[in-house]
Amino acid sequence: MHIVVCIKQVPDSAQIRVHPVTNTIMRQGVPAIVNPYDLFALEEALRLKDKYGARVTVLCMGPPQAEAALRKAISFGADDAILVTDRAFAGSDTLATSFALASAIRKIQEDMPVDIVFAGKQTIDGDTAQVGPGIAKRMDLQLLTYVAKIADLDLNKREIVIHRRAEGGVQVLKTKLPCLITMLEGSNEMRFATMANMFRAARYPLKQWDKDAAGIEDVTKIGLKGSPTIVSKVFAPQPKSQRAEIIDCESREPKDLSVTLLAKMFTRYPNLAEEIGKNAA
Amino acid sequence: MSETTEQKKPAGRRKFELDPRLEKYKGVWVFVEHERGAAHSVSWELMGEGRKLADKLGVPLAGVVMGAPGLQTRRFCQEAFHYGADLCYLMEDPLLSDYRNQPFTKGLTDLVNTYQPEILLLGATTLGRDLAGSVATTLQTGLTADCTELNIDMENRSLAATRPTFGGSLLCTIVTLNYRPQMATVRPRVMSMPKKDETRNGTITEHPLGMIETDIVTKVLEYIPDNLAGKPQLPFADIIVSGGRGMKRPDNFQLIWDLAKVLGAEVGATRPVVQAGWVELDRQVGQSGKTVRPKLYIAAGISGAIQHRVGMEGSDVIIAINTDENAPIFDFATYGIVGNAMTILPALTEAFRQQLATRKVAV
Ligand SMILES: Cc1cc2nc3c(=O)[nH]c(=O)nc-3n(C[C@H](O)[C@H](O)[C@H](O)COP(=O)(O)OP(=O)(O)OC[C@H]3O[C@@H](n4cnc5c(N)ncnc54)[C@H](O)[C@@H]3O)c2cc1C
Ligand SMILES: Cc1cc2nc3c(=O)[nH]c(=O)nc-3n(C[C@H](O)[C@H](O)[C@H](O)COP(=O)(O)OP(=O)(O)OC[C@H]3O[C@@H](n4cnc5c(N)ncnc54)[C@H](O)[C@@H]3O)c2cc1C
Repeated sequence: MHIVVCIKQVPDSAQIRVHPVTNTIMRQGVPAIVNPYDLFALEEALRLKDKYGARVTVLCMGPPQAEAALRKAISFGADDAILVTDRAFAGSDTLATSFALASAIRKIQEDMPVDIVFAGKQTIDGDTAQVGPGIAKRMDLQLLTYVAKIADLDLNKREIVIHRRAEGGVQVLKTKLPCLITMLEGSNEMRFATMANMFRAARYPLKQWDKDAAGIEDVTKIGLKGSPTIVSKVFAPQPKSQRAEIIDCESREPKDLSVTLLAKMFTRYPNLAEEIGKNAA
Repeated sequence: MSETTEQKKPAGRRKFELDPRLEKYKGVWVFVEHERGAAHSVSWELMGEGRKLADKLGVPLAGVVMGAPGLQTRRFCQEAFHYGADLCYLMEDPLLSDYRNQPFTKGLTDLVNTYQPEILLLGATTLGRDLAGSVATTLQTGLTADCTELNIDMENRSLAATRPTFGGSLLCTIVTLNYRPQMATVRPRVMSMPKKDETRNGTITEHPLGMIETDIVTKVLEYIPDNLAGKPQLPFADIIVSGGRGMKRPDNFQLIWDLAKVLGAEVGATRPVVQAGWVELDRQVGQSGKTVRPKLYIAAGISGAIQHRVGMEGSDVIIAINTDENAPIFDFATYGIVGNAMTILPALTEAFRQQLATRKVAV
């Protein structure tokens, strides 16, 4: 079995700061990490490898520094890693990104057919959850999103049964390979890297593909040209026009404050008293 | 590429000529999502927004209803009219009885190619995101995710979709100029529910799916409904009392529960409180938790960080209790009490209790 796991390198959002004057993201010094959601996809792929035997190839599109994300994946136990990197990809939206990744996966297939493609549920930066469905559509793979559990895999029949998180319940779906799975967070827990794999990751001869190596001929499908969406404006959230009315009484006793608050509130919002009455009943 | 907003070239207020082939695309569509016999409220929230967009453009608003044949789908069309649609596209087929990506993608794509809307909106639910991503790729058009504001840029009649980026610290407005339809998803509860007008009616256009079961690779073996009993339902609560790290200790959180009990309210919390295990994950309000729009939101010991704010600023009335008069929550709350939550909360609980008691007597 051959599994491809798509991982994206993202800035650690907990440490992102916005420049107060220019409203741009200050990336300097912000560490880059593997998109946390992608680790659930990678772990699930590695579990399938443990159970059924598989070759796990990790694929990332990004700047040359994104190599670190791929080495991290090797240290967890992935077999191969490919970094698709080219200035021509700059400005890609999800349509262009899924085009580039699908082309790269087709190239990977030339070596060994791919049975399952894994992706994260979404990223923590672009946060669209659109790339997985995009790749599936372009490659005509059965799409399984928000997968909480792989219940069964029959490699002879080439069938897979999964639990998919739906609105208000769980769908149990059976489909045929090849498929694309986006893994739900919390569906597993990433293993620790072994010493041997960490050594392997450090020495691993990472493959770097430019657009030609990734099999992309039509440059109008990638980068800004291949991206229908255009960011027209970036701005800070408007502070609400009115600041809170601060309730202040001379005595500042909690009881007085509370009574004053309710009196003011129910005068200004007469319906609210009604609503609360209904709700409490 | 790990795009950043600074890498993407801002388009600014550009003038442009729409490809003549695309000028035929007219009208605003809302995909009506339903599960187990009930329409998802996000569809009606979107219908309200869609109405405003359609009015600005001077075009009709349509609902798209796909499902198994039966009374239900007709009922959803009627509801769509009540919430503002002028017409509905109805696709009925037994193959559409459960959501599956393949037939829904084909059906919706066919409808778009046949009737050519300029804007297509879907809920950012597990279903909507699955379907929207597939349809946008098939149609090779732009899709903006998780928008918090939708508008029309009148200069070129294009959809200006605004969404938070980087955990809500910034907003960006995204346009899809020379592609149609312009697609966007919106999370549940981000937009307010429109008023229902039961006198409204509209026309229904039916269109066939044109597939047979053997065309569809994926089969639904089972649907296991969530056991909702006892689970908090914050997104639809009318009153929410939330506590933050300023409550200091888990046992102080009882004061939040006490007030909630008197008001018949749900209890909410900030992320640090959830992470500390004081309350369950389902109660987290904010960017990575639930979006809520209660009539009354009481926030005690909550600083008002942007990631919390985006989940609750749609509340009608916000009362904030905080010891720090400079806490950001006072920048957007309706009423503020600068003081210690541990003493204010019991007093507030008592004041509400008395107010409710006098109401009862009055009634
Ligand atoms: C603030 C901001 C807002 C944006 N808004 C939009 C928008 O509304 N619409 C739009 O079309 N584009 C948008 N983009 C562009 C979009 O983020 C990029 O196209 C990005 O390359 C992929 O989208 P994502 O990060 O949302 O990935 P998602 O679709 O959320 O990612 C899902 C999964 O796909 C895989 N994946 C995604 N990217 C890569 C990669 N580079 N290499 C390997 N695997 C990957 C991962 O497994 C990931 O978990 C936005 C970008 C930014 C910075
Ligand atoms: C990617 C990302 C996603 C996130 N998602 C969410 C999310 O979904 N929801 C969320 O809530 N947060 C989220 N956060 C965290 C968010 O940034 C804030 O850290 C969090 O909201 C702060 O919670 P808090 O207000 O309880 O705590 P604090 O910010 O520590 O505020 C405590 C407040 O209590 C006040 N206080 C102290 N003592 C008292 C007292 N005795 N009486 C009254 N007031 C008192 C203090 O003045 C202070 O204002 C996210 C962060 C990131 C990076």
